[in-house]
Amino acid sequence: MKLLIKGGRVIDPANKIDKTADVLIENDKIAAVEENIVADDAKVIDAAGKIVVPGLIDMHTHMREPGQESKEDFASGSRAAAAGGYTTIAAMPNTKPVVDNSILIKGLKQRAREDAVVNIEIIGALTKGQKGEELAEVGDMSQAGAVAFSDDGHYVQKANVLLNGLDYLKPFHKIIISHAEEPTLVEDGIMNEGKRSAMLGVKGRPAVSEDIAVMRDILLAEYADAPIHIAHISTRKAVDFVRQAKKRGVKVSAEVTPHNLTMTEDMVDLTDSATKVNPPLRTDEDLAAMIEGLIDGTIDNIVTDHAPHAEEEKDREFRYAPSGFPGLETALGVLLTDLYHTGKVDLPLIINKMTAAPAELFGLDKGTLSKNAVADITIIDTEEQWTVDEDKFYTRGTHSPFAGRKLKGKPVMTIINGRIIMQDGIIIE
Amino acid sequence: MENKSVSLRGKNILGLEYFSPDEIELVLQTAKEMKNIIHRDIKKVPALRGKAIVNLFYEPSTRTRSSFELAGKYLGADVINITASSSSIVKGESLRDTLLTVEDMGIDAIVMRHKAEGAAEYAAKVVKPVIVNAGDGAHAHPSQGLLNLFTIRQYKGGFKGLKCAIIGDVLHSRVARSDIWGMRKMGIEVHLAGPRTLMPRFLYEEEGIFIHDRIEEAIENADVINVLRIQLERQKSGLFPSTREYARIFGLNKKRLSLAKKDVLIMHPGPMNKGWEISPEVAYSSNSAIQEQVKNGVAVRMALLTLILTGGKNSEIID
Ligand SMILES: [Zn+2]
Repeated sequence: MKLLIKGGRVIDPANKIDKTADVLIENDKIAAVEENIVADDAKVIDAAGKIVVPGLIDMHTHMREPGQESKEDFASGSRAAAAGGYTTIAAMPNTKPVVDNSILIKGLKQRAREDAVVNIEIIGALTKGQKGEELAEVGDMSQAGAVAFSDDGHYVQKANVLLNGLDYLKPFHKIIISHAEEPTLVEDGIMNEGKRSAMLGVKGRPAVSEDIAVMRDILLAEYADAPIHIAHISTRKAVDFVRQAKKRGVKVSAEVTPHNLTMTEDMVDLTDSATKVNPPLRTDEDLAAMIEGLIDGTIDNIVTDHAPHAEEEKDREFRYAPSGFPGLETALGVLLTDLYHTGKVDLPLIINKMTAAPAELFGLDKGTLSKNAVADITIIDTEEQWTVDEDKFYTRGTHSPFAGRKLKGKPVMTIINGRIIMQDGIIIE
Repeated sequence: MENKSVSLRGKNILGLEYFSPDEIELVLQTAKEMKNIIHRDIKKVPALRGKAIVNLFYEPSTRTRSSFELAGKYLGADVINITASSSSIVKGESLRDTLLTVEDMGIDAIVMRHKAEGAAEYAAKVVKPVIVNAGDGAHAHPSQGLLNLFTIRQYKGGFKGLKCAIIGDVLHSRVARSDIWGMRKMGIEVHLAGPRTLMPRFLYEEEGIFIHDRIEEAIENADVINVLRIQLERQKSGLFPSTREYARIFGLNKKRLSLAKKDVLIMHPGPMNKGWEISPEVAYSSNSAIQEQVKNGVAVRMALLTLILTGGKNSEIID
């Protein structure tokens, strides 16, 4: 089985390639990336005018499996991922039950192989039940294939617990992902604390709660000389703390979501819980700092924080609706529309943050078009105009803040292990 | 004078941020006519005969609920009350389902009190009956804001250039927010003061808003003082140290009152914490309009209900 992708602009940040070329796939591997490849026996895909990149990687999603399959499961979530151009996603462990032991890791990896159309990596909980008290069996989970560890959804409040995690995991070469948010300052807050929350009379989540948490975690990582990854960074100061820490050699990395790169608190609509997310949509200055951090390398990767919820949970009073929305199917379109087409960020950089950078950071054997690499490829049409239609989503989640938005640019093909999984937005079974 | 092109017919009353000065003026004019009705022996007029209004209250509030109830009844409407504690709101039933049920009953207007900010706006998106926000969390309480304006007009004759001090718990006060919108639109300077812990952190000083640390600064030369109600839970949650300290530093007493204009008007949305947020002698002084506010509340609510349900044509108001 051979596939020949002809005439696209190939952007392969891992190999510093950005040129018009053909990509030849043999079986499930990349066989060649060259100009004018001839392969008579190959099925040809015309990619002229399109962008050919390594399959996109999203290291922060909520697949809701196990326990809340009515919101999402590997089947629906992975199809949403493929539709969004992703070939590998990582599932956070704040499920019911919490993924905090190797049995669950192994079981979920097995289920992912059976039900999912993309590669699903499993992130284990750092502490038992994500309670922040005792370390979960992170060594055992590492050996069972957990890709990283996180109490995502909760801040590890006890400094000694995080420090133990950093020390203990260091020889296992697994990163801890910190949900950095000092909890006593954000209690009951439902949007960014700012001018808008002040006049709406809404309890806010102040930026300082994230700033404090990020700084503490940086200091602990520095002390332990072990890696820490800041989940969904969202404040100006937190970005600066990471920047300064990187300069002095701390093993700190950070990720940002498309919505924190493109939306602000001014877009919060109390009648539409689609705009309720955590961390919240922040200010213009924070947004500018996110883009700056992305460009100067302070922020390593882009993640969706895909967080699907059931319709009846989201369609209610803003205060009582859960945070989060499904992001896998809109991420690339939003980034291309608001960052690339506006000239704020160039295309190779966006692609790097969604492919090579996360792969390198988390030690994945992916995110590259090197010869003999696994043939995970995404083909993007940066010019195609489309309107976000929730009815066409593969995710079970509803309430995208982008619903109805006109976007420019989308993935048009997702190839995983040398097989075409998505074409023109349709998942091929 | 009344602008004939202004109409509130069918308008959801969600917050004073959505009101133009002309619309506010129309409500106040209409409320004046309504107040005459309250003074009659027989208070019933048929303006809203055949209309059905629901008071949908998710939070207890005897004052506001009975004020709306009386307003509806004086105008001849059928008024029913649904409260969160009553069996009508089945435990666990979503707000959406309750609203749809109410809509199915053929209701014309829903007067709603809810502790979630934006709940009334959400309701307005979900169902067709006209929504009147009777308080949503700390966001808005438009009818209270309007009755405060009505009371100020009654005592001061106008608005332009007045200085109003709003003191106390601005952070949790929907009354304060509705006052800020309404008063600024009508040309009143709003001066806010209270403990820093009860002041929203990012409420910036902008045109028409002044924020002070000491209540003396807010009160000085004020034409109007609106004392906000302070919940005792705020002390328990550490937002101020004690009621004793509150009274000493932030309470409105005779001595502080002397800083204001001689004819200063004192308002309070009630119920009052007498003795610490306001001293009894101030609350019952000749400057106090606190009792009058209750009466005005009914008149303003009669005006609102009439305007949104009939457009408020004079022939329909006066029988
Ligand atoms: Zn998350």
